[in-house]
Amino acid sequence: MRIAAKGLIDRTKPVTFTFDGKSYSGFRGDTLASALMANGVRLVGRSFKYHRPRGILTAGPEEPNAMVEVLDGASQSPNTRATVQEIYDGLAAQSQNRWPSLRYDLLSVNDLAAPFLSAGFYYKTFMWPRAFWEGIYEPLIRRAAGLGRLKPQNETASYEKAFAFCDLLVIGSGPAGLMAALTAARAGADVILAEQDSVMGGRLLSDDGTLGMPWVDATLAELRALPNVRLMARTTVVGAYDQGTYAALERVGLHLPAAPHLPRECFWRIVAGQSILATGALERPIAFDNNDRPGIMLASAALTYLNRFGVVPGQKVTLFANNDHARQAVRQLMAAGVQVAAILDSRADASTVEDCPVYLSAAVTDTQGRHGLTEISGTHADGAFKIDTDCLLMSGGWNPLVNIACHQNARPIWREDIAAFVPHSGMVPGLTAAGAANGAFSTHAALREGADAAVAALTDLGRTATAPDLPQAEDAPYRLQPLWAVPGKGRAWLDFANDVTVKDVKLAAQEGYTSVEHMKRYTTQGMAPDQGKNSNVSALAVLADATGRGIAETGTTTFRAPFTPVSIGAMGAGGQGAGFAPQRYMTSDQASRDRGAPMIEAGLWYRPSYFPKPGETTWRQSCDREVLMVRSAVGVADVSTLGKIDIQGPDAARFLDFVYTNTFSTLPVGRVRYGLMLREDGFVLDDGTTARLGDTHYLMTTTTAAAGQVMRHLDFVHQAYCADWQVRFISVTESWAQFAVAGPMAKMLLNALLDQRIDDFPFMTYGEVSVEGVKARLFRISFSGEEGYEIAVPTAYGEALFRDLLAKAETLGGGAYGMEALNVMRIEKGFITHAEIHGRITAFDIGMAKMVASKKDCIGKAASQRPGLMGPDREQLVGLRPVTKTEIGAGAHLFNLGDKVERVNDQGYVTSVCWSPTMESYLGLAFLKDGRARHGQRVRLVDHMRKTDVLCEVTDPVFLDPEGAKLRA
Amino acid sequence: MPNLIAKSALFARTPLTLSGTTLAEAQVGQTTSVAAFAGKLPEVTAALGGFPAPNTVLGNLIWTGPEQVFVLGQTPDLTGLAAVTDQSGGWAALRLSGPMAADTLMRLYPLDLRASHFPKNTCARAPLGHMQSILIAEEAGFLILIFRSMARTAWHEIETALQALTARAAAI
Repeated sequence: MRIAAKGLIDRTKPVTFTFDGKSYSGFRGDTLASALMANGVRLVGRSFKYHRPRGILTAGPEEPNAMVEVLDGASQSPNTRATVQEIYDGLAAQSQNRWPSLRYDLLSVNDLAAPFLSAGFYYKTFMWPRAFWEGIYEPLIRRAAGLGRLKPQNETASYEKAFAFCDLLVIGSGPAGLMAALTAARAGADVILAEQDSVMGGRLLSDDGTLGMPWVDATLAELRALPNVRLMARTTVVGAYDQGTYAALERVGLHLPAAPHLPRECFWRIVAGQSILATGALERPIAFDNNDRPGIMLASAALTYLNRFGVVPGQKVTLFANNDHARQAVRQLMAAGVQVAAILDSRADASTVEDCPVYLSAAVTDTQGRHGLTEISGTHADGAFKIDTDCLLMSGGWNPLVNIACHQNARPIWREDIAAFVPHSGMVPGLTAAGAANGAFSTHAALREGADAAVAALTDLGRTATAPDLPQAEDAPYRLQPLWAVPGKGRAWLDFANDVTVKDVKLAAQEGYTSVEHMKRYTTQGMAPDQGKNSNVSALAVLADATGRGIAETGTTTFRAPFTPVSIGAMGAGGQGAGFAPQRYMTSDQASRDRGAPMIEAGLWYRPSYFPKPGETTWRQSCDREVLMVRSAVGVADVSTLGKIDIQGPDAARFLDFVYTNTFSTLPVGRVRYGLMLREDGFVLDDGTTARLGDTHYLMTTTTAAAGQVMRHLDFVHQAYCADWQVRFISVTESWAQFAVAGPMAKMLLNALLDQRIDDFPFMTYGEVSVEGVKARLFRISFSGEEGYEIAVPTAYGEALFRDLLAKAETLGGGAYGMEALNVMRIEKGFITHAEIHGRITAFDIGMAKMVASKKDCIGKAASQRPGLMGPDREQLVGLRPVTKTEIGAGAHLFNLGDKVERVNDQGYVTSVCWSPTMESYLGLAFLKDGRARHGQRVRLVDHMRKTDVLCEVTDPVFLDPEGAKLRA
Repeated sequence: MPNLIAKSALFARTPLTLSGTTLAEAQVGQTTSVAAFAGKLPEVTAALGGFPAPNTVLGNLIWTGPEQVFVLGQTPDLTGLAAVTDQSGGWAALRLSGPMAADTLMRLYPLDLRASHFPKNTCARAPLGHMQSILIAEEAGFLILIFRSMARTAWHEIETALQALTARAAAI
């Protein structure tokens, strides 16, 4: 029910929204919870396990009951706290975890079965048969007990990630936070003030006390005007990490209708020199029988609904409390004209002077009202009572919000005088708690601690600051007598979100789960979306009582980030779809796409798979044609993706000798050599060719896949082992576009384009040439087995050269070839790729043991000579050719004829296969035990996935032109 | 004159302006990496007429690593003193200028890019999202050097960040 002239809502801006399909109206500034309350809606959800009717318990992000699904176009956000969600025109929310409707939920039958559903029920009941757990029990239980649902679709909404930096991060904008920010801001420090709420001011917005909105407004106006202050509303700091880094989640568009490019949320990483924890405190409920009905809420929440939103939660209110502070709520409700039936104070010695009946030594022992509170009953100093009431406020005292301070695994300390855990210094380096978060509950104390903490933080940053004069504010002492649970026979809720009662905690203790961590896991207390914010301290107090220990001795469970739920979409902002990784495009990209080539990913690169011609309907037709084209005429392929590293210096040769297994210091200028590189553990890292461009100048090429790895390896070797050598290197992969020109007509094609003809340009030669007026590098190397060249031009000219090469190649009956044909041709020649050198392969395995030079040392050499890395037991590279023309597949395993096909008889595996149009056969490369000694023998190739079993002949891995006559032509 | 047509990484891409902030491809021309050999920094410094301190730009010299700079324009003969490697064309250049430039890039770079902390002539080798880059603070914005092959992705990332900021400003 709305109260006139109260609240910070904008009554000139009505807002229409729906809840469970029904239309309601509220005002801008309302949360979904306050707007529903204003409309008299009390029942907003069903509980997790028993499907109990639930209302609104709190007015903040800790809400355990009022969780809804928000429908937003294509997406559906489950477990949205109605106390946080602001309303906007068109907001559509629905209750969750009920069927068929919120009011008539069939699964509320669970509530009747409650005696059987106590803590540990699942562990005890669904033990047998074992196989039933995953397939039957768990899905059933999950369907019955649960929270909101996601739509089973990809997230399409936009999210944002951002970074921020400051001298001082102030977390929370209540009296302590505002004062800290003001103190630091006036001293000229770079300040970020983060507030989870949509409006700054914290409890000062709710408390209509001595320090009202004028001070808040004036302070915020001053902060806003300062260039060194950043106010971040709707931003919840959710975690404390190393080096003063904090994670924070900002609700950017969640309070607005969706708009193009408007992020729903932003995930911030804030790096602060110092930080102040001014997160305040949370009021705690009291456990008594049936304390979970709609209409039962925290006293402080009622205060917030009244002063912040101009809404009252009931017509006839009662209060059950163990402290003085809670009476503020009923006093202000009475001042606003609400009838208060009684104050029920659990203490015997509290004041009875109020404008309503006050009963001491009181205990509420039961409540009535299925879908909303109608009556409470219990005892007080004068005996038993029954009171008609539609709203019971409860207050069991306050818990400082210590969570962030505990995120690096420090534990808070117990303060007996306030019956609460408080942080201590040094829990998170650079973080100081102030105000209610530090157990200082009066407004005056919060202001003072905020100012003092800021002065101290700035001193640590080497700045001077003085505390401003503190405004007048209440400084009432905090008087309370601990009351955790009222004894009773029924169920008294501790954890509303996960339906954990006092009985469950006691049962845990009785069954031996006496450690607080064990109790938590046995009962699931504290494991719901609110992460026990409302229940942890009370639950461990009950556990302490049940086990005869003190609360300090019992201790807390671990506080972990995030403080409030964070959507995965926010953490993964920018990573949807193609945003997952950068896309790298070659200069020839458009030319290949123009020819209809399907592009495939090679690492981050996009490379043409094949170039279909009219009439070709399968990739194989195109691939076969391209292979035969290269073998008979000429083909052109963009090989720019291969890593290129420019290495210079007087010690460049020595450096290459050190990183390659073979020798490069003896390579003449103008020549190219194939090199093999090992990791430090002796296994093959990469291979490629290196050209000597000058006396002290080399150009290394790497495979596409390992370009980054090799660069990192070279950097490591240089910095770790030979930093004093005169050698420097830098990647030039992106500086040169490089094209393979291969086939019997390769030279003819090049001569049609080069400014000077090449005639004598032997295999493994390098030279500088000029192509259409552009300086270029020419290498005579071959990955196809044909007479092959690679021509490199500065990247800017790449596309032009590729198109010109293709035009002239087509005149010769040649053309472009793609990755498929490239792969077929290298298999025909037995050339390895990372399909073969996959990380568990030694130089010996691929038949290159002799390439590990005996006369010099190199990285990985010693390790490669360890026992077990050479010899007949090793699986060695071989060729495979099916005895009949049968398709074979990579990944298949090899077995000896006559052996049973089982793991222990495994002889090796297939790494690469192709249909060779040249040899008119399927060909495979494989690793086979003692393979080099078995050429000519037969093995069984069994492919368990493709269900094939093929008899193959073991051959040399080089199928085509083993003498290399063609490539040397 | 070459007969081959030269194309920049984002050839003919129209600049994008949102919230008064403009993203455009820039042309930095001849770019050369100069990496001094061990012990040769004094001679290299003399030949270049100076050497920028780490993370700074000095005239046409951009610091890119320990005893390493990128030289924009002509490079003197440094034979025997430094590894000199042509990097022209290997890097695409994007310029982002205007009032939202720093805020936009602070969505993508884990750096404090406010003018008070990253003033003109500051530079950093830092990741733009998942891409390594060289970031240079200029008078009215930033110059970003990025691997040429990744230019389209870089453009897209910056465009997306700028769009989000523009939508935020409109949503208040």
